[in-house]
Amino acid sequence: MLSSIRTLWYTFLHLFHHSETVQYPEQMPYLAPRYRGRIVLSRDPDGEERCVSCYLCAVACPVDCISLQKTEEDGRWYPEWFRINFSRCIFCGFCEEACPTYAIQLTPDFEMSEYERENLIYEKEDLLISGTGKYPDYSFYRVSGLAIPGKGKGEAERERPPIDTRALLP
Amino acid sequence: MAIIHIDDREFTANPKDNLLQACLSNGFDLPYFCWHPALGSVGACRQCAVRQFANPEDTTGRIVMACMTPATDGTRISIADPEAVSFRASVIEWLMTNHPHDCPVCEEGGECHLQDMTVMTGHAYRRYRFSKRTHRNQYLGPFVKHEMNRCIACYRCVRFYRDYAGGADLDVYAARNNVYFGRAEDGVLENEFSGNLVEVCPTGVFTDKTLSAAYNRKWDMRSAPSVCVHCGVGCNTSVNERGGQVRRILNRYNGAVNGYFLCDRGRFGYGFANRPDRVRTPVLRDPGGSMRTATRTEALDALTKTLGTGGKIIGIGSPRASLEANFALRRLVGADGFHAGVSAREARCLATAIEILQAGAVPTPTLREMEAADVVLVLGEDVADTAPRVALALRQAARGRSMEIADRLKIAHWQDAAVRDAAQGARSPLFVASVAATRLDDIAARTCRAAPCDIARLGFAIRHRIDANAPSVEDLPEAMQALAGEIADALLAAKRPLIVSGCGLGDEAVLRAAAGIAQALNGADRLPGIVLAVPECNSMGLALMQGGSVEDAIDTVTEGATVIVLENDLYRRAERKRVDALFDAAANVIVLDHVSTATVARADIVLPSANFAECDGTLVSGEGRAQRSFQAVFPKDDVQASWMWLRDIAGTSEWHRLDDVVRSLASAMTQFVAIGEATPPGDFRIAGSRIRSEPHRYSGRTAVDADRTVHEPRASVPEESPFSSTMEGYYGQMPASLIPFFWAPAWNSIQSLNKFQDEVGGALRGGDPGVRLFEPNGAAAPRPDATAPGQFVRGPGQWFVVPRRPIFGGEELSALAPAVAERIAAPSLALNPADARSLDVENGGMIDIDFKSGSYRLAVTVAPELPSGVAMLSVGLPGMDWCALPGWGTPRRAEPAP
Ligand code: SF4
Ligand code: SF4
Ligand code: SF4
Ligand code: SF4
Ligand code: FES
Repeated sequence: MLSSIRTLWYTFLHLFHHSETVQYPEQMPYLAPRYRGRIVLSRDPDGEERCVSCYLCAVACPVDCISLQKTEEDGRWYPEWFRINFSRCIFCGFCEEACPTYAIQLTPDFEMSEYERENLIYEKEDLLISGTGKYPDYSFYRVSGLAIPGKGKGEAERERPPIDTRALLP
Repeated sequence: MAIIHIDDREFTANPKDNLLQACLSNGFDLPYFCWHPALGSVGACRQCAVRQFANPEDTTGRIVMACMTPATDGTRISIADPEAVSFRASVIEWLMTNHPHDCPVCEEGGECHLQDMTVMTGHAYRRYRFSKRTHRNQYLGPFVKHEMNRCIACYRCVRFYRDYAGGADLDVYAARNNVYFGRAEDGVLENEFSGNLVEVCPTGVFTDKTLSAAYNRKWDMRSAPSVCVHCGVGCNTSVNERGGQVRRILNRYNGAVNGYFLCDRGRFGYGFANRPDRVRTPVLRDPGGSMRTATRTEALDALTKTLGTGGKIIGIGSPRASLEANFALRRLVGADGFHAGVSAREARCLATAIEILQAGAVPTPTLREMEAADVVLVLGEDVADTAPRVALALRQAARGRSMEIADRLKIAHWQDAAVRDAAQGARSPLFVASVAATRLDDIAARTCRAAPCDIARLGFAIRHRIDANAPSVEDLPEAMQALAGEIADALLAAKRPLIVSGCGLGDEAVLRAAAGIAQALNGADRLPGIVLAVPECNSMGLALMQGGSVEDAIDTVTEGATVIVLENDLYRRAERKRVDALFDAAANVIVLDHVSTATVARADIVLPSANFAECDGTLVSGEGRAQRSFQAVFPKDDVQASWMWLRDIAGTSEWHRLDDVVRSLASAMTQFVAIGEATPPGDFRIAGSRIRSEPHRYSGRTAVDADRTVHEPRASVPEESPFSSTMEGYYGQMPASLIPFFWAPAWNSIQSLNKFQDEVGGALRGGDPGVRLFEPNGAAAPRPDATAPGQFVRGPGQWFVVPRRPIFGGEELSALAPAVAERIAAPSLALNPADARSLDVENGGMIDIDFKSGSYRLAVTVAPELPSGVAMLSVGLPGMDWCALPGWGTPRRAEPAP
């Protein structure tokens, strides 16, 4: 009883507060970079696709709206296709949390209304941006042990050259 | 049973086990790497540390390796002891110091034993800040991928490959934490069990190359229990599916059959199912002769019209189709019109094999029982080619002598290194009598090379030595006499002698000789066994169903008949011109198949049938074990199980689901009464739910089809099946024949299997899958009419050519898999060096050989072991015409075309 009256009182007080009307879309609100809006796939500092098709974003997604297929070229993994169904996405950001390469990132763009649901199906071409997004420096292949063109075995960060299996030296 | 105390609670354990086995069997999660239930312990990884106390008063105890400590009565250990816990965490941390930052790009990720164990021990942050050692990888062939950086030096790979499977070309190089597991140089892994490295290696060093080419994580693939379709052994497999394609085959443990291992043909032969040229839609031949794809209705209309004209119908079944499909055909065309789709010679051999296995008192053992044999005689069958998994079991049988030595010295069998040191490679006697060298020769006590009839004669001589009442063999050369005596003595001294033979040479006398020995050995204190290898996955089931051969069908065809061919390429069964004659005579040729074959090309109506992964079906292995495989792939087009097509053609409406067919079959033919027991029926539910065939974290459900439609089509759910085709449903303890994939909380890798066994390494809970359809009837006397054939006499200018079905290429379906195709050797005729010289050809030279059925131009391989006058031709290879083998051929040096 008492709490109901208190709630009514607080609501009543709102009548005298300064009103917050923003003239959207003429006036755009500031959204921090960490805002969780439209999802992109970024590139590493060398301009190569960051996504290594590890499927972790897909498995982390609670509404299962990410699907992709791994393929490989010269030892480098990347997605043959990558699809997000934004009509299902709840922008929880779990995919970004799960991504070991910083490839998938949520951006402050939330203006994604469409008349046709089909238009909310984004393929890799629609998702891939040309920059690094929020994480300018990270490059997964510089720390991973996989050999890719331009980086052989033992050439990643903190790696010694490959051992010689026939050497007897200690 | 021993009583052991784990963390102050009492548990029972098998005193023959070690503590690690005891802990795992009692449901504890104790991390380990180097121990493997089939390979034993070597204590290499130091991961399974526990604290052991001397007695109830002892509170200090000491850290021991559980896998190296016997589970003796009264043992007291603690898994939760803080020092043991931190010891295990440190071990993982050391193992991880050099481990690459690879999980996202590692095929093992998500089913990695190393990941599981790392999480289990709680090692979460890397403190090591120095540089990592690295390795170069090797090319290991089309099956296995190599990424050496990920190795934790557990030694499982070499212990499996060399010690268990007898391989020679994988080894360990370098020293200390530089150790390198690979080949001396890049090259194809030669051993035909190399694919097991994928499952044996607890990390991503060895991974499945065929999976990697179209990769998905374990949690993203639908899985169904299946049975290997690439030979008659009947190994249990799991089929993994994603995107309508078979992505890989995994071993599915069956304690009585394949245990932990498959052969490479079985593991990598699935590629035929994904071929772009496979039959997917009905195809009709227009009056003009051209072929066009048709709809299901059109096809059924055409069929009704065709069959409505009356006339004779001839049905040709198939040893690679399920029992249900063959039975549906048999019912459609009647017992008289039904022909087992094998050559006359093969049909005779199979009938003999069945007669042998059912008569007398000698049972055919399971693979696990084979491993317990103490003396083995392989008579005329190259099991490494025709029943590869049997060859692997025989290798283990040969270790029996080592185990006896270990027993004498009171060394437990799981003390792998100690047993090997003590026994110094001592082997139980294994005798190989074959036409050419086999891949079991390296463990054989004695080998003997002879023509098929001489092999049979050796067999009869052995029988005579064992049972003086059996007829003796005339004119046996002295060397053979001596060998027969030696083998007979060894067999008589054995407790569980095993005779292995099969249909591979196509010689009934060899089968009868093998049976004679087994029967003669049957005595009060001996438990002999007989194993007969059969060529294909359902050869045994089809032979039990009876019916004439392909030749019979050809002989009985009349002008204007309708021929229905079920999943069979007749050009692989009989001479080309005779098969052509059959098709020419027939007014209508209806072919049901899933792969494109020469027979499909001759059809007037082609119906797309489902392959092993696309429908449920029962296969009978050479052992007589009926086993069910289940649907994993749900095709979107008109593909359906052959029995459904045949039902639709016949217009029979009482068959709605597989169980109806199974019931009809069991009541129509008494030999199949038991097949319903192979697995629970289609309406089997656990707590009202079906079993889910997709893991609980199957991903992408709302996106995977979104490029076609955003309406998220309903999953195809089989009308009546114990499985839901989706991630909804039950997963937990289920009947052994219905385990779609192995997984348990905290155990994402294949090692989760421990949670499904009665006792680690033992039978699956509730009994191993499959049901035996026959046991020997116990009647004693051996067949009186079985006498030895005459001695081999070489023909003038002629060679007796025997068939060889190579493991890669010798079986129709696996040969269509791209990975296996890379391993197929070109067809060649093997001759012994003197014979080759007499024909003036060298190794690799070309030769023309004429058979009654036609001529071939082939390369010659010189095989020093072949008996003179005998040649060996690899058969069944893609693109080769059928040839009546064994048989006489006239070779001559090929003159190069002018
Ligand atoms: S988690 Fe990142 S790297 Fe992995 S598939 Fe998703 S976007 Fe690609
Ligand atoms: S072996 Fe296991 S832990 Fe190592 S990179 Fe592969 S998935 Fe990760
Ligand atoms: S390659 Fe695999 S199985 Fe072999 S030692 Fe290394 S981790 Fe163990
Ligand atoms: S032995 Fe035969 S049944 Fe077993 S996996 Fe190999 S081909 Fe398949
Ligand atoms: S499992 Fe016990 S030491 Fe490796």
